[in-house]
Amino acid sequence: MPTKHIGQPYDRSDARDKVLGRATYTAEHLVPDLLHGHVISSKIACGRITHLNTDHALKIPGVIAVLSHKTDFKTARFDLSYKDMDSPPGSPFRPFSTPEVKFAMQPIALVVAESTELARYAARLVEVTYEVDPHNTDLMGSLSESKAGKGLRAGVESPSNRGDFRAAYNKSEVQTSSDYLHPSQHHNPMEMHASIVHYHDEKSLTIYDKTQGVKNSQHYVTMAFGLRKKNVRVLSPFVGGAFGSGLRPQYQLFLATLAALELKRSVKVQLTRPQMFSFGHRPKTHQTVSLGASRDGKINAIFHHAVGETSRFEDYIENVATWAAKLYDAENVEQQYRIVPLDTYTPLDMRAPGGASGLYALECAMDELATELKMDPLDLRLKNYSEEDPSAGKPFSSKALKECFAQGSTRFGWDSRHQRTDTPYGKHRGSGMATGIWDALQFPTRAAATLASDLKLEIRIATADIGTGTYTIMKQIAAEELGLPTESVDAKLGDTDFPFAFIQGGSATAASVGSAVRKACRKVQKQLLKEAGKMKNSPFQHADIDDVVFEDGLLKRKDDPQMQTSLKQIFADRDIDQIDKKCTWTPNLLKQRKYSMNTHSAVFVEVEVDADVGFVSVERVVVAVAAGRILNPKTARSQILGGVVWGISMALHEESYMDNSLGRFINHDFANYHIPVNADIKDIEVIFVEEDDTVVNPLGVKGLGEIGLVGVPAAVANAVFDATGKRVRELPITPDKLFAEP
Amino acid sequence: MRPFKYNRPLDLATASNAGTSGSFIAGGTNLLDLMKCDVEQPSQLVDLNHLGLGSISETADGGLELGALATNTTTAYHPIVQERYPILSRAILAGASPQLRNKATNGGNLLQRTRCPYFFDTDSPCNKRVPGSGCPAKEGYSKLHAILGASDSCIATHPSDMCVALRALDATIRVSGPHGERRIEFADFHRLPGDQPEIETSLEKGEVITAILLPADGFADNFAYFKVRERASYAFALVSVAAVARLEGNQLKEGRVALGGVAAKPWRDLEAESLLCDQPCNAETFGNFADALLQSAKTYPGNRFKVPMARAAIVRALSEATHLNQL
Repeated sequence: MPTKHIGQPYDRSDARDKVLGRATYTAEHLVPDLLHGHVISSKIACGRITHLNTDHALKIPGVIAVLSHKTDFKTARFDLSYKDMDSPPGSPFRPFSTPEVKFAMQPIALVVAESTELARYAARLVEVTYEVDPHNTDLMGSLSESKAGKGLRAGVESPSNRGDFRAAYNKSEVQTSSDYLHPSQHHNPMEMHASIVHYHDEKSLTIYDKTQGVKNSQHYVTMAFGLRKKNVRVLSPFVGGAFGSGLRPQYQLFLATLAALELKRSVKVQLTRPQMFSFGHRPKTHQTVSLGASRDGKINAIFHHAVGETSRFEDYIENVATWAAKLYDAENVEQQYRIVPLDTYTPLDMRAPGGASGLYALECAMDELATELKMDPLDLRLKNYSEEDPSAGKPFSSKALKECFAQGSTRFGWDSRHQRTDTPYGKHRGSGMATGIWDALQFPTRAAATLASDLKLEIRIATADIGTGTYTIMKQIAAEELGLPTESVDAKLGDTDFPFAFIQGGSATAASVGSAVRKACRKVQKQLLKEAGKMKNSPFQHADIDDVVFEDGLLKRKDDPQMQTSLKQIFADRDIDQIDKKCTWTPNLLKQRKYSMNTHSAVFVEVEVDADVGFVSVERVVVAVAAGRILNPKTARSQILGGVVWGISMALHEESYMDNSLGRFINHDFANYHIPVNADIKDIEVIFVEEDDTVVNPLGVKGLGEIGLVGVPAAVANAVFDATGKRVRELPITPDKLFAEP
Repeated sequence: MRPFKYNRPLDLATASNAGTSGSFIAGGTNLLDLMKCDVEQPSQLVDLNHLGLGSISETADGGLELGALATNTTTAYHPIVQERYPILSRAILAGASPQLRNKATNGGNLLQRTRCPYFFDTDSPCNKRVPGSGCPAKEGYSKLHAILGASDSCIATHPSDMCVALRALDATIRVSGPHGERRIEFADFHRLPGDQPEIETSLEKGEVITAILLPADGFADNFAYFKVRERASYAFALVSVAAVARLEGNQLKEGRVALGGVAAKPWRDLEAESLLCDQPCNAETFGNFADALLQSAKTYPGNRFKVPMARAAIVRALSEATHLNQL
């Protein structure tokens, strides 16, 4: 339901600056007298440093210092001080706190020099000797050591059970059961992690950090180093992709801050591409899905069991095995999620954490059941469609998944998918589909709005725009509320001087930040109306906010639009320079707790497989998305396109290869860690099925960051099966796995 | 990056001399990466870009001379290459990206080092990088690794596409060094690892590649370059096949097949190729040949798929080269 600004396909407001190189990313900020740090990464996966010889490195002119566990520095003593907004339960990794090595590529020293080249050179002259302990990085060899994760964290729920799966499964007419595996994957945003700490004095710092939440970085730095928030400002106005890698403060922030405080100088630390494989990642996950159904396709028993990796020091948990109980109305459901501690870094939320993993297995299993039943996979989903959320016993605030199925399948030509005859020699075509689901999350958010007498409006929130279009929608919402052109609105974010926002993740930002913008602007409206009422012979003297509209720079009475005044006139008459308003927006929990709030998608994929050599090409994707109201169809489409590409990547390309004998990820560059190139991506069509949802928030927005991805890996895998008759139950589906020996 | 000296000689003799104690650099598309990773640590770079070796010209015997410093892009799009040696053009364009091919030179393409990830990771053992340190690839990541001609000390492969076509065409390399000029048959240019995987070519210290010489016959009517990789572009070959053939009617008079991605050098088996002499053009002939070529293959836990994949790719390439089963 587009209105004047909301729902309109505005260009990304920062696009031009990005294309022209005027958008300054973290490592590009200019700070005077800057020193450069280069991180030395551990060669071993487990053990301790016995000797660290820095003599040769320090002899190089221009090398200032080598910091390590041998440096005598003061930071907070207790684990609690190192917790951040996205910490899983456990004991956060503290760089340089001991000589112990807990994972391969652990940062063990920081060489600080006058230039980055010098630092990097000197790092090679530092001699490290280790005492090596045996390590274990092998999830598949350790499944029997799995345990339940302790504790919970924001957005993560316990898998729910209902009925008696085992009894129902045993009695089912049709039973399928399969195991699925996907490897570890690393976020690898184009912009590598970096921090610049501008040193003012021992108590005050200005920090540029690559992060999805400046408040989170500020909290971490001040707690760890015993600084005061008013003295530490963190900025991150532009983020070159993150996908979750910036949800937790990464170690370059700690190291740059440490170096700045120790050396009393400004310091920059930027990680290398290989070092982007040295911290959080999507955990390798093994899953079993068993489905029991009657001959006519009614599922009565679902078993979804997942085991993921975690580190020895934190229990990383995510929502892998929670979705089946929501999506399908089977009476007997058993879901379980367990973790295996290994000698790696703690996994980290990566785009659609848990959902991408869990729905891959679940939706492939649905396809296997459909095959067993000789039933159309779409009919199977419709037959078991949950009108309400059976896992919570609540209705959905809105769920237009059926409409997604209808529009998506029509557009794709699902019913006529096997009638093609033009497949080239040696190639096989196949089609597959899958369902996607994600949570409509929201977090309390604060906002500030300033309207000046020249009608320039400034909106400030300490959120992040990781490339999703947050700047753009902030402007649209503000312009809509105050009846101004978007050009009059300046959106500011990524600065701890601005009001609080939670980390940008979980598809929650458009809903949370958008709602806060709306609320702040409404407060400005009220103030304008109040001032207008005080004008001479004002028609607004006793007017209520519901009796007026703000349009084209004017304030008008709804009952008589001729009764109007320009906003400029209000400022002039009342002799005020500007109106400043702040607000805190919180989700209406009273209203929301009666509902389950989710986004949904239906994904249809056509692949072409060169069966001679096992090469898969995704020829066509149609994805229909139900995610409430769409604020900007252009940036929204881009987000879904990106999600689909991620899904194709997960299905066919991405794998951080863990060499278990060395205990390290070995393909740590873009030559060997594959993501799709342009030639791999063909037709992608996005359909938005808008929902009128008054429960989620007044804007009706649900968020799009993850829903574009979640159904895609399974849909691709199912299409590959349709084309070849071969089920590859281990991602990525690379030629070696698909290649069938003749 | 470690500090290094930079030297820009203007004639071959000076370059050769300097090269005895330094590393040659041309396009630098591989060397600079390796220096950044600290795999290569040259104390001196000898820049070959000013020696006038960039031309492509026809030779007296009807062949073509490709200057060592001509870029991969210039070569791939050269009208004579496209017309008479289309397999070479096809192979070059199957590798890297346009940006890299614009910088990369023909001589440098021959001297690319392996893309084995253990070779690039200086915190891992690698016999090629640090002789005697071990080879984790044998039990680890070995998708890109050899199934032919490898040794216990190294199973790395040569990553080039261009070289696979040059091997099928029976090219010759002309080099110039401290002891004058000589020619090296393509087959003898790259070495198998044996127990010295760090020595990859038969070049002597100080020798500069000056040209690649193509014989007159470019097999423009019957050729195929077929590359199997993990994405549609910008990935190294799991297996690649350069196949050329001479036909009389439906009779195969001669067939040559060079494989990439399976050995430390573009792989040809002349004995097996006799099975392509005076044979009918059909899947059986091609399959028999592939089986003979792959008879001595030795696989590792991570690359067992490569034998059947190579067989399928060989049959596919020969079918394409001989226009068999084409729609």
